[in-house]
Amino acid sequence: MIPYGELLGLEIEPGETAPTLVMPFATDVIGRPGFLHGGAIGGLLEVAAIGALKQALEAEGGGRIKPINLTVDYMRGGRDKVTRARGTVTRLGSRVANVEAIAWQDEPDRPIAAARMNYLIVR
Amino acid sequence: MTDSPRFDPRKWFGGRFGGHGGRLGMAFQDCGADWSELALPYAEALVGDPASGVIASGPILALMDVAASIAVWSKLEAFKAHATLDLRIDYLRPARPGQTVIGRAECYRITRSIAFVRGQAHDGDPDDPIAHVAGTFMAVEGYR
Repeated sequence: MIPYGELLGLEIEPGETAPTLVMPFATDVIGRPGFLHGGAIGGLLEVAAIGALKQALEAEGGGRIKPINLTVDYMRGGRDKVTRARGTVTRLGSRVANVEAIAWQDEPDRPIAAARMNYLIVR
Repeated sequence: MTDSPRFDPRKWFGGRFGGHGGRLGMAFQDCGADWSELALPYAEALVGDPASGVIASGPILALMDVAASIAVWSKLEAFKAHATLDLRIDYLRPARPGQTVIGRAECYRITRSIAFVRGQAHDGDPDDPIAHVAGTFMAVEGYR
């Protein structure tokens, strides 16, 4: 795990197409009292997206990943619960990858936040 | 806006933050009529790429989220509970390892329930930014 992932307290649950990143509720990721910080949720989504992209890239021989941009939609407040996030590679081109990620607490179909990201791939 | 607490970030944060902002090492720098500026000193714990020592993008997102939020309260001259609705960030280039990141955000429009923000982050030279941000916040009980 990268140092920033350690700061967020992340654990990895391996998956067939993409890993699930698990973030416990802790002082280090709190914003206003009782709620997750939006920046921590965004950071979790980015780590999940990169995890999905790395797994997809490894199947094709690997490559370096450079982030271009990120858009996060915040849908619900992050409460005092474990948060999970998983990325989905929607397109893996030769130079650009489009990745989506969602973060949820109770059910994956009730996300607390969703993100879209574009990455430059250097093969 | 007499019903809302007067907003003075120097008193509110005392230059330091708790929770996630504190863990990242964020510090309040300055604010004006519709803007705010925060600092994020370089730290090993923020690194996203151990091979190069470049910090992850998440801490920059968090920095800009907080800077934008304070810009909204600065423009209101009051504190109103609100939540980030969306935040978009363009990563123009990696931050240089060892450099403090400065995040500056501006609130350019507030409606009854939505505040619109934009901002940039740099690592020493404001004319050579590392990231550009646009976002919206929503006040559940309205801004006015």
